[in-house]
Amino acid sequence: MKLKDIISINDLNKKDVLFILDIAEKIEAKRIKPNLGGQVLATLFYEPSTRTRFSFETAMKRLGGEVISMADIKSTSAAKGESLRDTIKVIGKYADIIVIRHPLEGSARLAAESTDKPVINAGDGANQHPTQTLLDLYAIRNSQNTLDKLKVALCGDLKYGRTVHSLAYALSFFDCELFFISPQSLTMPKYILEDLKNKKIKFQELKIEDSNNIMGKLDILYATRIQKERFPDLAEYEKVKDAYVITPKLLKKAKRNLRILHPLPRVKEITTDVDSTPYAFYFEQVGFGIPIRQALLSILLDKIK
Amino acid sequence: MAKKITLKVSAIKQGTVIDHIPSGQAFKIVKILNLENGKEFIMIGMNFGSKKYGRKDIVKIENRELKSGEADAISLIAPIATLNIIRNFKVVKKTKVEVPKLIKRIIRCSNPNCITRHEDVQTKFHVISTKPLTIKCHYCERITPLEEITFL
Repeated sequence: MKLKDIISINDLNKKDVLFILDIAEKIEAKRIKPNLGGQVLATLFYEPSTRTRFSFETAMKRLGGEVISMADIKSTSAAKGESLRDTIKVIGKYADIIVIRHPLEGSARLAAESTDKPVINAGDGANQHPTQTLLDLYAIRNSQNTLDKLKVALCGDLKYGRTVHSLAYALSFFDCELFFISPQSLTMPKYILEDLKNKKIKFQELKIEDSNNIMGKLDILYATRIQKERFPDLAEYEKVKDAYVITPKLLKKAKRNLRILHPLPRVKEITTDVDSTPYAFYFEQVGFGIPIRQALLSILLDKIK
Repeated sequence: MAKKITLKVSAIKQGTVIDHIPSGQAFKIVKILNLENGKEFIMIGMNFGSKKYGRKDIVKIENRELKSGEADAISLIAPIATLNIIRNFKVVKKTKVEVPKLIKRIIRCSNPNCITRHEDVQTKFHVISTKPLTIKCHYCERITPLEEITFL
């Protein structure tokens, strides 16, 4: 398989996804250790993110590679008015691989087209964050030993949340049954529902008050934060911000294998007393960011034999 | 007795006649095909009577034969347009426009947060459905229905 960049989950097919997850699993189990010695990763974060940047940098360093990093957007040439295209062309002359997070949608695709070096999208505005989706899939497979035919509920902000859009798309490869739980004003966009219908994926949209009825059959409950920064109207945000809260009481009917995932940071969607239940899996999930990103760096740098 | 036909717009000897353009869209067609910046002699006819469609516009391009596929982008606003290739005052070839798979340059992305609205980048859209016509931005992946499309 020859992948040049990782820009959008929509560029990947089922085979690509399974290949990446398998490599990540081998790296995590120490069955393989790709050597990225002498390779340089450039991380360009035009938007703040500690978690994603740290996990890419950790992944690179643990495989023997080096990292160069943009310290502060104010000190870069972008602040002087240089185009993204030019910046990437230049960085591509220094680094062997580039990770970019940028507030504008489509920026990662443009970056990939501006250099021959591999580019990984670490979030382009509200559009894509493919490495998050891959680590979500990895966490699901790790907790259930399969990705096939699971019953997965996605809840919270389904309108603006890019992670749930990408995850719904990716789960459609595996014939999972999906449940969408959200406030009325934050339901899944129509084009995604249409796409799932065309693929003959079973799904159901549920109001928050009805979500209790399906709790007993779920394998995965994927919660998301209602993101204040994505709301054009703050009054709308105030109305829905505390609409869905996962508590131990809500989990009374849960199956033993149910696992709760969350891309983090969490605010109030999951109460802290859920953390000590066997269902909580979000802190394990965040750790899988390392093997997934190690796998992607190794694959794109052509270090997998 | 043979019926005498009077042409309201003078005939061209060589070139292309784009026929069956919905009334009022001729200038947009000229813009989409970037004809205004070309060297060819262009004639625009608007509000012609049409038995089939009521009223229609026509664009004539002298001394240039549009190749198959070259004018497909106009199908977005003139889905039933036909291209007539003229040689020596005669129609030698008639083709219909087809919705292309990829549309470059002519459309502006509807997403204000798209990189193409902020950097000097040629826009690109993938046609993901023809009925109803729906396009997806190559960069920001925003899906836009026909009625929300704006031309550059």
